[in-house]
Amino acid sequence: MSEQTANWFNLYDARPDTEVPAESPLAWSYQNSGRPSVSQRSRVVLRERPMLGHLILRGGAIVLDEAVRRVLGFGVPGRPNSLSQDEGGERSIQWLSPDEWLLIVPGGEEFSLESRLREALGDAHYAIVNVSGGQTLLELEGDKARELLMKSTPYDVHPDAFPVGKGVTTVFAKSNLILRRPTETRWELVLRRSFADYCYRWILDAGREYAIGVEA
Amino acid sequence: MSQVNRLREGGRIDRARRLNFTFNGKRYQGHAGDTLASALLANGVDIVNRSFKYSRPRGIVAAGAEEPNALIQLGSTEATQVPNVRATQQALFEGLTAQSTNGWPNVQRDVMSLVGKLGGRFMPPGFYYKTFMAPASMWMTYEKFIRKGAGLGRSPMERDPDIYDHLNQHCDLLVIGAGPVGLAAALTAARTGARVILADEQEEMGGSLLDSRETLNGQPASQWVAQVLEELAGLDNVTLLPRTTAHGYHDHHFVTLHERRTEHLGETAPLAAGVRPARSRLHRVRAGQVLLATGAHERPLVYAGNDVPGNLVAGAVSTYIRRYGVVPGNKLVLSVSNDHAYRAALDWDEAGREVVAIVDARPAPDGELVEQARDRGLRVITGSAVLEAKGSTRVSGARIATIDTATFTVTGQAETLACDTIASSGGYSPVIHLASHTGARPTWNDEVLGFVPSLVKGVHAAGSARGIHDLAEGLADGMAKACEALAELGKSAEVIALPQVEARREGVACALYQVPHEKPTLRAPKQFVDMQNDVTAAAIELATREGFESIEHVKRYTAMGFGTDQGKLGNINGMAIAARCLGKSIPEVGTTVFRPNYTPVTFGAIAGRHCRDLFDPERYTAMHQWHVEHGAEFEEVGQWKRPWYFPQSVNGKQETMHEAVARECLAVREKVGILDASTLGKIDIQGPDAREFLNRIYTNKWAKLAVGRARYGLMCKDDGMLMDDGTTSCLGENHFLMTTTTGGAAGVMEWLELWHQTEWPELNVTFTSVTDHWATMTITGPEARNLLAEITDIDLARDRFKFMDWREGKVAEVPARVFRISFTGELAYEINVQANYALHVWKTLFQHGEKYGLTPYGTETMHVLRAEKGFIIAGQDTDGSVTPEDLGMQWAVGYDKPYSWVGKRALSRSDTRRIDRKQLVGLKPKDPTVVLEEGAQIVFDPDHAIPMPMVGHVTSSYYSPTLQSGFALAVVKGGQSRMGQTVYLPMADGKTHAAEIVGPIFYDPKGERQHV
Amino acid sequence: MFHIYCPYCEEYREEEEFHPKGQAHIARPADPEACTDEQWGDYLFFRDNPRGIHHELWVHAVGCRKFFNITRNTVSYEILETYKMGEQPRFTAEYPEGKPDEQVAAEKVAAEAAGVERQEGVKA
Repeated sequence: MSEQTANWFNLYDARPDTEVPAESPLAWSYQNSGRPSVSQRSRVVLRERPMLGHLILRGGAIVLDEAVRRVLGFGVPGRPNSLSQDEGGERSIQWLSPDEWLLIVPGGEEFSLESRLREALGDAHYAIVNVSGGQTLLELEGDKARELLMKSTPYDVHPDAFPVGKGVTTVFAKSNLILRRPTETRWELVLRRSFADYCYRWILDAGREYAIGVEA
Repeated sequence: MSQVNRLREGGRIDRARRLNFTFNGKRYQGHAGDTLASALLANGVDIVNRSFKYSRPRGIVAAGAEEPNALIQLGSTEATQVPNVRATQQALFEGLTAQSTNGWPNVQRDVMSLVGKLGGRFMPPGFYYKTFMAPASMWMTYEKFIRKGAGLGRSPMERDPDIYDHLNQHCDLLVIGAGPVGLAAALTAARTGARVILADEQEEMGGSLLDSRETLNGQPASQWVAQVLEELAGLDNVTLLPRTTAHGYHDHHFVTLHERRTEHLGETAPLAAGVRPARSRLHRVRAGQVLLATGAHERPLVYAGNDVPGNLVAGAVSTYIRRYGVVPGNKLVLSVSNDHAYRAALDWDEAGREVVAIVDARPAPDGELVEQARDRGLRVITGSAVLEAKGSTRVSGARIATIDTATFTVTGQAETLACDTIASSGGYSPVIHLASHTGARPTWNDEVLGFVPSLVKGVHAAGSARGIHDLAEGLADGMAKACEALAELGKSAEVIALPQVEARREGVACALYQVPHEKPTLRAPKQFVDMQNDVTAAAIELATREGFESIEHVKRYTAMGFGTDQGKLGNINGMAIAARCLGKSIPEVGTTVFRPNYTPVTFGAIAGRHCRDLFDPERYTAMHQWHVEHGAEFEEVGQWKRPWYFPQSVNGKQETMHEAVARECLAVREKVGILDASTLGKIDIQGPDAREFLNRIYTNKWAKLAVGRARYGLMCKDDGMLMDDGTTSCLGENHFLMTTTTGGAAGVMEWLELWHQTEWPELNVTFTSVTDHWATMTITGPEARNLLAEITDIDLARDRFKFMDWREGKVAEVPARVFRISFTGELAYEINVQANYALHVWKTLFQHGEKYGLTPYGTETMHVLRAEKGFIIAGQDTDGSVTPEDLGMQWAVGYDKPYSWVGKRALSRSDTRRIDRKQLVGLKPKDPTVVLEEGAQIVFDPDHAIPMPMVGHVTSSYYSPTLQSGFALAVVKGGQSRMGQTVYLPMADGKTHAAEIVGPIFYDPKGERQHV
Repeated sequence: MFHIYCPYCEEYREEEEFHPKGQAHIARPADPEACTDEQWGDYLFFRDNPRGIHHELWVHAVGCRKFFNITRNTVSYEILETYKMGEQPRFTAEYPEGKPDEQVAAEKVAAEAAGVERQEGVKA
C-alpha cells in the first residue's frame, strides 16, 4: 500500500510529472467540426480554457469557508447560485448546492491545493474530489452571447435575473452544464467532458448567424 | 388577369410593388402588403378549396386565423411544401406558389363532389365510423381512398432546406394581441420598466385599428398605432413579436409562441450575409403574468347554402376593403343581429359598389351606425334574415324573410334579392382559446352573448377577449388590466393618457345563431356550422336525436371544431343548435374546451435545432478519435457512442461483424485485447459512514473490504429486484470508488442521493460523479501482464497484485489506478487515468502491444466474452422482475448483515419465494450452428396447442468462436432445478429450436484463467 | 411545464431541471423484518391518487441535486408550496387554505431540532 492510502482518504495526483501529450475534451471536436476563425463580423467569440484544476468541495459551509479562506485567501460563497473569485479572477469558487462547491484554479495547482485544504480541514467531515479530467471551461463573449444562450438554455440570462457573480447548474440544449457570469461581458460554461462535443457543435450551429469565432 | 376587385385607392398595400403568384397553376398579380387571400379576392377567384367531406366548392369566408376554408398547400418544390396554411394569414411574396388543399383532380371539377351531391343524406355524422368499420381488415384499403379524397394537405417528401430554432424568453408581462387593447396594456406596462413581450399573429400590429372607421385623438386610428409602436420599439425592456401566434398556454404561465420570421419573404428563408436565418422560431416564454388581448371572432349566421363562395363574415368585408383595397363582390346583402356589423355595408357603399339590402333580425334597430346607413339611403329590412343563399359556385341571390327568433320560425313570405355576396354577423365570440388551455372553463355571459374566459391566477383578459367590444372601454380596460397584472408582481404602474375616441351609441344586439328555414333543419338545404369539418346544423340535430346530449359528445360524434379549426367560427353556433334541439340553454349544454394548438405549428418550429446531428447528445470518451480513425463501428449505449467492433480489411475485403467479433474474441482468449470501458459510471464516495452506506445499499457485505481491494456488488430496489451492479473499490478507510453500468450511471447516482437525503440523512457520506474524470481501458487476455509490465512501475507479480486488488502507479508515465477486475474471465487489468492523458496511454499500449497481438475490441465481443462466463448485464438479462436469487447469485447476498438493507425484506415475500420463478440458466442449442434469437419465448412442450404456455425467454445469445457453438442465457420457470432438460423455442418462421438447459457458465467454470 | 421553486436554490426553475419521484412522506418502516407481507407490500406498492391536494417528492436533478417536497393541486396543477426534506407541509387536504400559524411554527421548531441532530456530523 502506498503511504497516502493509510489515511481515511486516498489523495492522488492524477497529473503526470513529465511532459506527456494531453488532450482537452474538445481536441477531437476541433478536428472534426473545425474552429471558425474570429472576424470583424463575429458577434460571439468562444474560447476554451482547457486543463484547469477543478475540485468539488463537500461539507458544511462554515467549516469549509474557514479552511478555504486560510488556504486561498477568499471564502466560499454562502448564498445559493453565487460565485466568488480572487482578485485576478484566476481562482473561483461557485455554490452548487447547500453542501457543495466547485473550485476552479489554474491547471497544476489542484493537487497541492487539495493537500493543503485537507490539512487545514483536519478531522472535520468534508470531502474533496478532483474532477479536472472530467470537465472543461468555455468562455463566451460578444454582444450576441446572451441571445445565443437564450437559444440554448431555459434559464433566464437577462442581466436583471443573471447579474455578474452568479452561477447556476442548468439545462443546455438536451444536456446540462454550469453557467456563470464572472464579469459584465463574459459568460463561462463548464461542460462535462463526454458532452463537450455535443455542446460545442450546438454552440457553433446556434452561433452561425452571429458569425461565431473560436479563439485558438 | 386583372385585379377586378381592387379599388383604385385605399388600403395599406404598396401599390408600387406588384407581386406575381401562382394559385392552382394559374398566374396572378397582387401587391406588397396583400395576404394570399386578399390577392385572390382582388383577382376575383371565388373557389379556393373543396370541402373536407362533401367536396363542395368553398370560398374565402374570413380575413384571419378563423378562416375555415382557405387552407392551402404552399410551395413550388417538393422540399418546400407546407400543408394547411391559411391563405388569410399568408403574406404575398414574389413567386408564391400555392394549391388548394382538397380537390381531386382540381377544385373546379371535383369527382368527390358527386359523393357530396348524391350524398348529403348518405353521409350523416359518424359516416366513416358506420360505413367503413367492417370488415376491420379492409380499413387500410378504405383509408387510402378516404385520405386521397378528403385529406388535409400533405407533408414534403424531401429534406427541408430551412432551419428553425427556439428562443427561451422570460418576462414580467406577456401581452397577446396588439390591437387597441393590447397596445394600451403593453404601453402601460412598458413605461414602468417591466419586461414586456407583445406578440401579435398578424403581419402588422394594430389589430382592428388597421381597418377601423374610428379616429383616435382626431386622427386616423393607424396613426396612433404607429406612435405607440415607435415608443415601444425604442424601449430596451420591450420585445415586439409581430407575425407571432401564441398557440399554446401551458402550466404556470409557460406560453409557446410561433414566430414566422421569413414566411412573408419567400418559401425559404433568404440568406442574410451568407447565412440562412431561422425560418420560424418557437419562443418558449415563461411569463410572470399574461394579458390576453386576443379580441373576438365574428360569428357568421347559420343559414342554408351559407358555404357557397360569396358568403363572408361581415367584419372580413370591412377588412378586405379598408386594409387591402379589395371589394370581394359587386352586390352585397348583409344579414346581421347587431349594430357593429353595419360597418360592412357602409364600407361597401363607400367603395362604390351596390348594397342591395341590410337585413337586420331585430325588429327596431336604432343605433348610430343604423342611422348612418339609413342616412346614406341604404335599404334596411328589419325583423328579417337571410334564410338561404342561392347559387352553386358563387352566390347569385339571397332569400330573405321575416323571422321569429323566439319560436325559431319563418313568419313571412320569402323574397329573393339578387346579389353576389352575402355577409353575415351573429355577434362576436371572445377569443378564449388560450385561457381555455389553462384548464379554466369559460362561462356563458348573456349580455355578451358569448363565452367569457375564466382565468387562473396570473392571467388577465381585457377588451373584446372578455366581451368589452367598445373601443374606448377596451382601451381603458387594457390599461387597467395591465396595472392589475403589475400589481400582482408587486410593481405599480401609472395611468397613461389614453387617446380620445368619439363615443358611439350602439343598439342592443339580439341572439341569433341558426336562421330558421321554411323546411325543418333535417330537410332544409345544408346549413353549415363548421365548414372546415363539414358539420351541418342537421348533423348536430341528428346527433342530439341519437342520444348525444353533452356538447363534448356531440363534438366528437360530428367532428365539430376538430383539427386545425378548433371551433373558431362554429363552436358557439353548434352549441346553440344543440341547446335548441335539447330544449336547454347554451350554458346547460356545457362549455366548450379548446386545446393547443390555436393554429397549426410547423414541425420545423417544434423541432428547432434539435434535429439531424443535434437531435440527441452523443457522448464520447477520451479515446473516441482513435476509434474513429481505426474504423470502429459504433453502438449507442444510452447516449454514449461505444465501439461495437473494429472491422478490418482482409485481402481488400471488409470483415463482417461476425468475422470481426470472432477474431476479437479469440484474440482475448489467446493473446490480449483492449476495451474502452470509460463509459462505466464511476462514483467517488467519501465519509466516515461510507462503508455503512454501502452495506445498506448493496446486497452483499462491505464491512471487511480492505484498502487496496475491490468487490463486485449487487444493488436492488426495495422490492428485491436487481437494478444495477458493478465493482466498488476501497481507496481509503472511508473512501470508495463505485462503478455502475454505462446506462445506469445517472440513475444510480440519484438512487444513492435519494436514500441518503430521505432515509439516512444521519449518515455522513458524499457522492460525486467522476465518470468523466477517469478514462478506463481494460487490457485482458493471457498476455495482459506482459504487455502492461512494459510500461508500468507497478509490481504485477501474481501474488502481490492479486485478482480483485487495485494498485496505483504509473502507466506510460501517467499516474494511474489499475484494478484487477475481469469481465471476460481472462487475466485483466482496468487502467484508470485522468481523461486528458488517456489517449496518450492508449496509444502507448499499442506501441508496445503489437508483439503480444494486442487487439482492440468492442461491445459485441465484450458481450460474447462475458456471456460465455455467465456474467449478467443488468437491464439485458434482468428486467426489473429478477431477484439476485433468481440469478443464482446467493453468494452476493448478505443474509445476515445487521441492517435490513435495501431489497432484503422483499426476498422473503411469498412471491419472491415461489419455486417456479423465472431463473437464470444457460441454453445450449441442440444444433450448435443455431444462434437463438434474443427475446425468443421458451416452451416445455412444442406440441402443445396454441396458445402454448410460455415459460421464459432468451436474454442473451451469441455465437462463441471459442466453443464453436451458439449459446444463450435465458430465464426459465424453475430453471435452476431443470438442468439437463430440453426446452423448445418456436420461431415466427415456423421452425422450432431445441435447447438443453445448462449452467450459465460456459467457459472456464472454475474461474482459473482470471486468477493466473 | 411546471415552474418550481427549489427551496435549496431559493429560486424558480424550469421543470426540465427536475425529476418527479412519486408520493412524498412515504417512510421506510423502521424494522422491515417486523413487517407482515401486507405491510411491506403497502409500503412498496400502494400510493394515493387524490383529486386535489397532493404531496410529491421531487429532485432538482439538473441543479443542486437535492430532494424536496411539493404540495400540488392535481386538478389545477397549482403548486401551493415547496418544502425541504424533514419539514411539514403548510397546505394539506385537511387545511387546504393553510394550517394556522401557531401550528406551522411548532412544526418548524420540531423539524429544525431534528435537522440539527442530523446535520451535527456535517458541522462537527
